[in-house]
Amino acid sequence: MTVAIDRATGKRRGDREPGPGLGGRLKRGYHKHWYAYAMIAPVAVVLGVLVLYPLVYGLYLTLTDANSLNTVRTIGVNHIDATYKFIGLDNYADILWGPTAYDRFWSHFVWTIAWTAVCVALHYTVGLGLALLLNQKLRGRTLYRLILVLPWAVPTFVTVFGWRFMLADGGIINSALDALHLPSPSWLEDTFWQRFAAIMVNTWCGVPFMMVSLLGGLQSIDASLYEAAEMDGASAWQRFRYVTVPGLRTVSSTVVLLGIIWTFNQFAVIFLLFGNTAPDAQILVTWAYYLGFGQQPRDFAQSAAYGILLLAILIVFTSFYRRWLNRNEQQLAI
Amino acid sequence: MSTSTAPTPASAPVSKENPVKAPKAPKAPRRVRRRGETGLAGSLASHGVLTVASLIALFPILWLVYLSLGPDKDDYLHPGGIWDKMTFANYTFVLEHTKFFDWLKSSLIVTLGTTAIGVLIAATTGYAVSRMRFPGYKKFMWVLLVTQMFPVAVLMVPMYQILSDLKLIDNYFGLVLVYCTTVIPYSAWLLKGYFDTIPFEIDEAGRVDGLTPFGTFFRLILPLAKPGLAVAAFYNFLTAFSEVAFASTFMLSDDKYTLAVGLQSFVSEHDAQRNLMAATAVLIALPAAAFFYLVQKNLVTGLTAGGTKG
Repeated sequence: MTVAIDRATGKRRGDREPGPGLGGRLKRGYHKHWYAYAMIAPVAVVLGVLVLYPLVYGLYLTLTDANSLNTVRTIGVNHIDATYKFIGLDNYADILWGPTAYDRFWSHFVWTIAWTAVCVALHYTVGLGLALLLNQKLRGRTLYRLILVLPWAVPTFVTVFGWRFMLADGGIINSALDALHLPSPSWLEDTFWQRFAAIMVNTWCGVPFMMVSLLGGLQSIDASLYEAAEMDGASAWQRFRYVTVPGLRTVSSTVVLLGIIWTFNQFAVIFLLFGNTAPDAQILVTWAYYLGFGQQPRDFAQSAAYGILLLAILIVFTSFYRRWLNRNEQQLAI
Repeated sequence: MSTSTAPTPASAPVSKENPVKAPKAPKAPRRVRRRGETGLAGSLASHGVLTVASLIALFPILWLVYLSLGPDKDDYLHPGGIWDKMTFANYTFVLEHTKFFDWLKSSLIVTLGTTAIGVLIAATTGYAVSRMRFPGYKKFMWVLLVTQMFPVAVLMVPMYQILSDLKLIDNYFGLVLVYCTTVIPYSAWLLKGYFDTIPFEIDEAGRVDGLTPFGTFFRLILPLAKPGLAVAAFYNFLTAFSEVAFASTFMLSDDKYTLAVGLQSFVSEHDAQRNLMAATAVLIALPAAAFFYLVQKNLVTGLTAGGTKG
């Protein structure tokens, strides 16, 4: 799909002539690309200072026993120096193999994986279905589109409040279920139903992004392909299978990857829906936040260690995903 | 396909008041159906599914608005009673008794700051990555993707320390910088995709006519990339507007709270007063919705214009 032509020079990439030495290459590269680097510099600086440095520092914190009782702090007029010490990999060992590691890490881990898989699958299928419907010639489709994007346009914490009203014990959903003589579960207390509710709310919030992205992808599929398929007598299903699906491949692989990353790190929905009342419905991100900021004493080191583990999981996953895409000769849209 | 809407319980109460509108089929002579047109049954089914989906999308928001009109704190348990005693009292109470306008001001400063700075920086980055094959550009895109993966928990403590070293705690600019780190990577990705769809000949023409690389970018490419920029702005605005975790940690004085944090603190103070909570939530949703309708026209073209190019 990619036309491998260097857009700056018009040369074909890949078979460049043997370059000069490293120093000379750097110098030439600098002369040719200085403005590219200048354009990237602001991002590089901001990300370097506010993301990479904190990451390195956070990595260091995970090797210590820092918590809110032994870090630098000021009580009244007294400035107290940090007294935490280096303890090596003990935090990781404790999280992964320590006593009650199953309750603290592995149960959350399994739930996080299930949460990510279910949410992204629902986002994608519902989003694709709606996008296909909106891509037809249909009266009032602009209006439908406007309404369907609304869950994305309203800030998450507002909509989550709305859902809390609806899911509360005497809320509208349980009243409606009662009226239909169906059992009315306690959505915000029972573990299973908490998880169900979290997935439901997150699906509601996440579908619009998928829908709009896939709609954009659908609209960029060349109409003549459908025409040709129809001439050859392809049925609707065959047109979907052999024209639409391949046409959406690059968009799909990108939005699915983004969706997985965002859902895996989805903080707002679960945190706002349950606060600290649902220890078993916490995914790893909210659990790490709880350890570091939601309890006393705040356990910074463990919290950061969870964060690093999360990051490691995502990076491993992404590299496998990338390799899998490469094997199928698909391209991420980057 | 048409059944792929997830059956959420919200559809149960709304689907009753959802008669599928049956347009009267005109008694026209049989005509040949053209390509792209669906039969009557198909279009009825599409309308039905889309109407149900729209109702599901709308209902939680409308319900919140409706509840916010009830004057009593337990009204959400007896929603039927609200209809007779609707009042805007909750809104006036919230506007008069909280620092709503202070919060709105800080929210707007932080959000618009993030949007402006974020879009500008993301645009230069996206352009550089889209047009110039400098060494390491692909790695750079992956670095941007990886920054999306950082969980809040790792960054919070170190960021707090850096910001307090830079004297940026409790400071609008500090929060803007923090938000930029979260919004720029995706915006840059998005804009790179959009710039990829703008023909490279335009750049060449600009260069031939003597524009510098920056001149080409600002005077030719940016005006052409408006849909992409609008989507990036939308994304930045919403992300910054609804962020809670950083804002509640980094903003300390209560007249500098953003709306999201203000609502949180208001909730913990007036825990039982759900009618007031609902009213605050609606007030907060208004600026975001207004911004959304400003840019929504560009949403579909802007979001994936480039996503289809390899």
